[in-house]
Amino acid sequence: NKNSCVEAGIRGICVGRCKSKEAEIKRINKELANIRSKFKGDKALDGYSKKKYVCKLLFIFLLGHDIDFGHMEAVNLLSSNRYTEKQIGYLFISVLVNSNSELIRLINNAIKNDLASRNPTFMGLALHCIANVGSREMAEAFAGEVPKILVAGDTMDSVKQSAALCLLRLYRTSPDLVPMGDWTSRVVHLLNDQHLGVVTAATSLITTLAQKNPEEFKTSVSLAVSRLSRIVTSASTDLQDYTYYFVPAPWLSVKLLRLLQCYPPPEDPAVRGRLTECLETILNKAQEPPKSKKVQHSNAKNAVLFEAISLIIHHDSEPNLLVRACNQLGQFLQHRETNLRYLALESMCTLASSEFSHEAVKTHIDTVINALKTERDVSVRQRAVDLLYAMCDRSNAQQIVAEMLSYLETADYSIREEIVLKVAILAEKYAVDYAWYVDTILNLIRIAGDYVSEEVWYRVIQIVINRDDVQGYAAKTVFEALQAPACHENLVKVGGYILGEFGNLIAGDPRSSPLVQFNLLHSKFHLCSVPTRALLLSTYIKFVNLFPEVKPTIQDVLRGDSQLRNADVELQQRAVEYLRLSTVASTDILATVLEEMPPFPERESSILAKLKKKKGPSTVTDLEDTKRERSVDVNGGPEPAPASASSTPSPSADLLGLGAAPAAPTGPPPSSGGGLLVDVFSDSASAAAPLAPGSEDNFRAFPKHPRISAGGSEFVCKNNGVLFENQLLQIGLKSEFRQNLGRMFIFYGNKTSTQFLNFTPTPVPRCGLDSLTRTHLNLQTKPVDPTVDGGAQVQQVVNIECVSDFTEAPVLNIQFRYGGTFQNVSVQLPITLNKFFQPTEMSSQDFFQRWKQLSNPQQEVQNIFKAKHPMDTEITKAKIIGFGSALLEEVDPNPANFVGAGIIHTKTSQTGCLLRLEPNLQAQMYRLTLRTSKETVSQRLCELLSQQF
Amino acid sequence: MIKFFLMVNKQGQTRLSKYYEHVDINKRTLLETEVIKSCLSRSNEQCSFIEYKDFKLIYRQYAALFIVVGVNDTENEMAIYEFIHNFVEVLDEYFSRVEHHLPPFFFVLNVQRKFSSNELRKCRNDP
Repeated sequence: NKNSCVEAGIRGICVGRCKSKEAEIKRINKELANIRSKFKGDKALDGYSKKKYVCKLLFIFLLGHDIDFGHMEAVNLLSSNRYTEKQIGYLFISVLVNSNSELIRLINNAIKNDLASRNPTFMGLALHCIANVGSREMAEAFAGEVPKILVAGDTMDSVKQSAALCLLRLYRTSPDLVPMGDWTSRVVHLLNDQHLGVVTAATSLITTLAQKNPEEFKTSVSLAVSRLSRIVTSASTDLQDYTYYFVPAPWLSVKLLRLLQCYPPPEDPAVRGRLTECLETILNKAQEPPKSKKVQHSNAKNAVLFEAISLIIHHDSEPNLLVRACNQLGQFLQHRETNLRYLALESMCTLASSEFSHEAVKTHIDTVINALKTERDVSVRQRAVDLLYAMCDRSNAQQIVAEMLSYLETADYSIREEIVLKVAILAEKYAVDYAWYVDTILNLIRIAGDYVSEEVWYRVIQIVINRDDVQGYAAKTVFEALQAPACHENLVKVGGYILGEFGNLIAGDPRSSPLVQFNLLHSKFHLCSVPTRALLLSTYIKFVNLFPEVKPTIQDVLRGDSQLRNADVELQQRAVEYLRLSTVASTDILATVLEEMPPFPERESSILAKLKKKKGPSTVTDLEDTKRERSVDVNGGPEPAPASASSTPSPSADLLGLGAAPAAPTGPPPSSGGGLLVDVFSDSASAAAPLAPGSEDNFRAFPKHPRISAGGSEFVCKNNGVLFENQLLQIGLKSEFRQNLGRMFIFYGNKTSTQFLNFTPTPVPRCGLDSLTRTHLNLQTKPVDPTVDGGAQVQQVVNIECVSDFTEAPVLNIQFRYGGTFQNVSVQLPITLNKFFQPTEMSSQDFFQRWKQLSNPQQEVQNIFKAKHPMDTEITKAKIIGFGSALLEEVDPNPANFVGAGIIHTKTSQTGCLLRLEPNLQAQMYRLTLRTSKETVSQRLCELLSQQF
Repeated sequence: MIKFFLMVNKQGQTRLSKYYEHVDINKRTLLETEVIKSCLSRSNEQCSFIEYKDFKLIYRQYAALFIVVGVNDTENEMAIYEFIHNFVEVLDEYFSRVEHHLPPFFFVLNVQRKFSSNELRKCRNDP
């Protein structure tokens, strides 16, 4: 037997015999020399020897050694007429193919010959080789040929099977190279093929093709249903080889059910009826006694069952089936197999969102709560949390929130933050009674303070401020909670804020008199971090206004060395300014400046946005995201300013909206206006720069917003304009973008008559802590001439490459010397993710098909907001086009709506994006929905575009 | 859809890997190490599915050999789970006692031969 000879030859150089690495290398080098001499020798080698040596080379390669010869011999083997020789040749090519042009030509030639050979074995080998290599070159050479083989009437079954899978592979790597044509209609008929192997391969191929071209493969629905029906109703012996432990063709059934999930429920009543029958049969079988006790039997049966349930949920149209599916999953929830419990929880989660089965899902609440308490596997518990969240509504919110809170005390650290966010969202969403809401959030802080992100406690403050019925209760509750000897810093923050606003509501009670409140807060002061202490200082100045009787005590504290001479600039400045304010201002002025915060504009909870972000598929990214967010926050001290002056509510309101779209200032955007008070609060560095600390009209008692967001928003939809202007300097921009690359021309104009010296502008990408490991944007530029004459202009070119999607725009830092003083200006460069948009035109059908495919909750981001500008159709259209996407006309059935589509190009990925903007003229509101395959992209684009209307 | 198929032994050595999407060679090593690490740390009571980055891992253990399949989130976990077993049964029929370490080459060679001999394909789930 020649084959075993080859294997014996290989064993001869098997490492097992070599005692050390050196011995192995020596042995291999000897063998390589031997093979080389055989190949170079005068005597022509026969096919067998050639095969033997090529095989040895391959083995040596797999052991991890480089092979730099033998390719030609391997290619020669391809033209052998012996199966084993040809096979080794193809194997070598598949493993060691390189794009050496001469060889590729020879290889392609050999493949072509084999494809035309009509010998099924040879055709099979050639098709496997094309699929295994699967490169673009292969697709270029054979993507036209393979479909012909697939649909030719005389092709053998085994070859058809290989051809279908080969084409699938080529389509996945280079969809553009696979021509659609009349073969498509014939491929669909393979679903009717006698040979189940062909049907299986064809179903895989059709499913993938149908996802992108649903219209062309529409006829597959009825064929798939009839095939499925024949399998499901067959006796287990009918399908012979394809019966697996008494389950007829389980994998094929799963594939057919998956194919049907590319389409809505069939319209033809006969097809629809037949499908319903199939699904019922599958559900019935689950209740029948098993035909075998083997676990393989039940696994295969359940695989089909779970896929059938996915289809039922996908169709979401048959209440009867949905409820049955729910009951079946309910049984699995108590199954002894962990796998089934996990899958049941997972499927039920999607079932909970259907209006037909929501109630049925809710009946399992006790089982799910029990799972949360008793499951030993954290991933199963995580599913239980997800399901509780999905099944929550007004009727069971209190119970579910209570259970999640009690679980939180013992929950795994890895899922705590997510549970905190979920509890916070549910508590807000279903609060009938806001006292309950306040209690819940304070409990969250008590139980898992470290996992309560800013969004959560900002939100409780927003809500307390907006609802006057809960303010007194909130003040009382935080006061009581602060009595605890050790409380979490987040509680101090919430407590400080709320007492600063509403402490007066409980001051009548001698147990919580102003002085008691103050002493209580101040007892925590020294244990807190700088941002919290800064917040408390603002509370103190609010107290000065609320309770004149404690004013001397507070002034004493402010005057203390630990405040007035604090090493921290922010604390020192607050102390100085508050002290001064409390001394010089009349009570009237104090009352105006330190008035109670006005209500916040209603908007989508930023916690929800955070959860959507958090629900990212990758836990690793999650961690990074969290880190990044934290680092951003640390940069600027993000605490809300309780003492914000009432005349400028919006920018300070923005403080609470981290992560959500910034609230719009009522006036024009604070771009380059002069020293208006609004500008003091606007976070753009351009506005803050000219304000020397301590100047008269400067209310910088209030912390600067850490984010530079509003600054560049007018550049989101345009590429040219004036970016920045003050008395000295004007900066203009011109930019162009193509795919993931861009070029920006920055013009610096010296408005004075004096030279700027050492003029150094540097654009720097901004990112969080992880900037060392991950760069989202590459910026390249050359330094400009360091002297800029009076009245002159210099130009700087920045080349931009977008590596991956990003949220933080880069910053332009400019330093120069003007008349002996050193000037420092930082401006945000308007490079936003949407600049890397490439518009895509598509038909209405395509659009909605794609829209449906992007239906995971993480893929969609929606924002409902009030119009900030007049709602003009033409301007809106221009903005959407300026945003970068294609504006698709006559796609949305409602002509008042706008839809757009495009691709975001980054170096690492391309993300398809669909957007839909629905204006509501009456309410002067918009609803903006973004769907993309990547949730960070959806999130960011939604933020960017929402600011525009 | 299946993203990759791995056979890894308890010592963390990859015995067979097949990727259906391009992954850089050096990233593969890293991925394989992380994958086996997360499989080894699990007990019998835990389920056979692990969420890992943007895909799901489905694994089964046969003595010292782990078979791990990485899939995207539309894949049917149970179907893949049982497919692994089917795969092992077919290998067992050919070589007997697959779970005992096979030299890598022997494996590739024979698996290739078998694939072309059309036996396994009838039950094959995905290319």
